[in-house]
Amino acid sequence: MTSDAATPLAAELIGIDKEFYGVKANDNVNFLLERGQVHALLGENGAGKSTLCSILAGLYRPDSGEMHISGAPVLFKSPKDALAAGVGMVYQHFRLVANLTVAENLALGHPGLDVRLNQKELQQAATELGQRYGLPVDASARIWQLSVGEQQRVEILKLLYRDAQILILDEPTAVLTPQESKVLFKTMRQLAEEGRSIIFVSHKLDEVKQISDQVTVLRDGKTVGGVATADAEPKDLARMMVGRDLELPTRKPSEDIGSVMLGVSDIHVQSDRGLEAVRGMTLDVHEGEVVGIAGVSGNGQRELAQGLVGLRPLTSGSVELDGVDITHMSVLSRIRAGCGYVPQSRLGMGLAPGLTTEENLALKAFRRPPYSKSRRLVASAFRDNGEREIKEYDIRGVRPGLPIRLLSGGNLQKALVGREVEMSPKVMILRSPTRGLDVGATEAVRNQILEQREKGVAVLLISEDLDELMALSDRLLVIYEGEVVGEMPTEDATAERLGLLMAGQREGAS
Amino acid sequence: MNDSLLMLTVVAAIGLGTPLIFATIGEIITERSGILNLGVQGMMLMGAVAGFWATFTTGSLLLGVLAAVVAGAALSSIHAFTSITLRANQIVSGLALAIFGAGLASFLGKIGNDPLVGNPSREVFEPLFTGWLVDLPLVGPLLFGHDLLVYVSWLVAGIASYYLFHTRMGLSLRAVGEDPASAEAAGVNVSKVRYVHVLTGGALAGLGGAYFSLALVPTWQDDPIGAAGWIAIALVILSSWRPWRAVFAAYLFGAASRVQFTLQTLGEPWSDIPSTLLSMLPFVLAIIAMIVLTSGKRARYLGAPAALAIPYFREER
Ligand SMILES: Nc1ncnc2c1ncn2[C@@H]1O[C@H](COP(=O)(O)OP(=O)(O)OP(=O)(O)O)[C@@H](O)[C@H]1O
Ligand SMILES: [Mg+2]
Repeated sequence: MTSDAATPLAAELIGIDKEFYGVKANDNVNFLLERGQVHALLGENGAGKSTLCSILAGLYRPDSGEMHISGAPVLFKSPKDALAAGVGMVYQHFRLVANLTVAENLALGHPGLDVRLNQKELQQAATELGQRYGLPVDASARIWQLSVGEQQRVEILKLLYRDAQILILDEPTAVLTPQESKVLFKTMRQLAEEGRSIIFVSHKLDEVKQISDQVTVLRDGKTVGGVATADAEPKDLARMMVGRDLELPTRKPSEDIGSVMLGVSDIHVQSDRGLEAVRGMTLDVHEGEVVGIAGVSGNGQRELAQGLVGLRPLTSGSVELDGVDITHMSVLSRIRAGCGYVPQSRLGMGLAPGLTTEENLALKAFRRPPYSKSRRLVASAFRDNGEREIKEYDIRGVRPGLPIRLLSGGNLQKALVGREVEMSPKVMILRSPTRGLDVGATEAVRNQILEQREKGVAVLLISEDLDELMALSDRLLVIYEGEVVGEMPTEDATAERLGLLMAGQREGAS
Repeated sequence: MNDSLLMLTVVAAIGLGTPLIFATIGEIITERSGILNLGVQGMMLMGAVAGFWATFTTGSLLLGVLAAVVAGAALSSIHAFTSITLRANQIVSGLALAIFGAGLASFLGKIGNDPLVGNPSREVFEPLFTGWLVDLPLVGPLLFGHDLLVYVSWLVAGIASYYLFHTRMGLSLRAVGEDPASAEAAGVNVSKVRYVHVLTGGALAGLGGAYFSLALVPTWQDDPIGAAGWIAIALVILSSWRPWRAVFAAYLFGAASRVQFTLQTLGEPWSDIPSTLLSMLPFVLAIIAMIVLTSGKRARYLGAPAALAIPYFREER
């Protein structure tokens, strides 16, 4: 499809600049979006994708540059203006009001509604819209009751309820299972066929290849180039993004597996709502072994991990680390006993958002020398060590003295994994360690995990990403509704077999 | 306690509770937008002095009420500016407002050749109904024995409740107080919503202040409202940010304040209880209620707006 005067481009961004605290997040970026197309936006973590999207959505104001929507110049002062012009965005971190209902979230900020809110009508409209676009939701549920996948549907419905013609989806598949992603792609196609235009941000190159018509690549805030998807292989795209060839590391089978490092027997853990989320799990992880836990999100992953590291009490069962019973130990004692943990939420649970990168890197070790001497903190130790780790783990975008929350997701993760590795743990528990990471960062984090395995660390990898599980694990367990429903060496695992188990179908039992 | 005494206490509680209803609902509306305004005491005092002055000079209660509303809103606009536009610390700004408003009100009462202080009000809010309606047993004094502003306070509670939970603007208000980033992304103008409701809250606090100087103690004195502004802030928590509950919390508080007088009229041995102890009662009540309500698991269901007192920057990560 070529654009001519009769069919102006859906959106046109020319020479966009945006600077944050001295970092050019967007540096003279050009981006052309054709009507009825799915346009993928690619780039490493911190390349400026979310920034560009947020500018088009009216959330950020560009320092300079021009924007045109359907050929007419626009100046968005806020998302309100953008929505009025038919531009809506599903943010990387969802923007839904947690304690309002789905219907209320759709109504929020909608200029065309009556003063009086009619919950019934709203819910009906939401349900109908959901049916039309293959996005089923319970319109009367409150957001906090929904899974991430459902929340994402609400986000998309929100845009459709406003009849947005340009939909910006910032890493929508990062939180979805492969099955859910497939459903999303169907909806995206349907929307494109209706003549809507979609900007699709993703780090998964095969998805980009599968769904998009056009690709634009950003690197360090600048546009590197654009290609029609049909003309590019995932490999080429990766090269455009990082400037070199990439090979995602996979594990080499190892013969000598050591003794049991992490022994979990029959543990039960409750969820926040007081329901039994882990219902009698027993598993072992040996020295130098990676055990992968596969399962659809919400089947006890969170409670399992938190139970093991001491953040959540066990209702029964016991946990041993290197032969020592740690069932009743505090979190700190477990850390000292050699328990490393990479939680799902990087900011908040993993890192302290308001502290600097240097401080965060020492967050588990600061009680001891060299960080503290006779109960006083040694600033130079934080700095020297910080500088070393930042270099060693290739953490980019660090600005001395500024809080770590300003870093992009990939760099946050590199910092978090680096910090855990530095503690020389005996056991490492990781949850979705490469979620939302670019190919380069994924490579780095996977290499770290495999290096730990070589060193004899027992790794428990809890992930929803089957590719990752198959690439890194020696052995796979599948969990469903808080129980282990299958176990196999990775060699025997296929996506289909895992998928069935994850859906709750027991093998042989049928 | 005999019946008429009980009735007297209840009616008095309604009177004492009325200014608290205005101020508490005002603060509820303010806090629902995510802005904590601790300057209620200052805004009430400004409302009290402005209302008294306007009625004193014009002889019109309506103009008095109008002046009080404007004064309260005007003072709250300072807080709105510092906390919304400048994104300053809301606690500091609010406390400063409380002190400033109190000082200014006292000062305004004393200046001029013929200062307000010591003067009785030219007009006073009197009970609205007379005759047989009021003489009805029970419902007479309870429902028909009040002045206009008492009925206005019920109306305010009803309107606020409907507005908050059944209108589009109320939805925006709640969303802004819970999660301004999400509200903004949905096309809500966060600053505007916050300004409007901080000013509304200030206006209601001003009205509450005027109830003291034009109805409860209609003579200008230096400290006409006691600690009502501070109590209103506690009542917001007590009523878990819901307008109707504010009415009951305010009356409960009014009753507790009234008990010391009631006990005195009962004679021995009740009147032997030191009045200083009894005047502590409402505050003790407030403290206990707050501890009970805000401790442990209950706090989660309490309904404090999640973004309360947190400055919002749109481009902040
Ligand atoms: N609100 C902000 N405040 C400060 N710095 C920011 C802000 N938003 C982005 N940045 C910085 O701008 C750069 C680009 O960030 P952006 O979020 O656009 O990257 P991205 O391409 O979306 O990365 P990711 O793949 O991790 O989501 C980063 O260096 C980031 O630290
Ligand atoms: Mg991003």
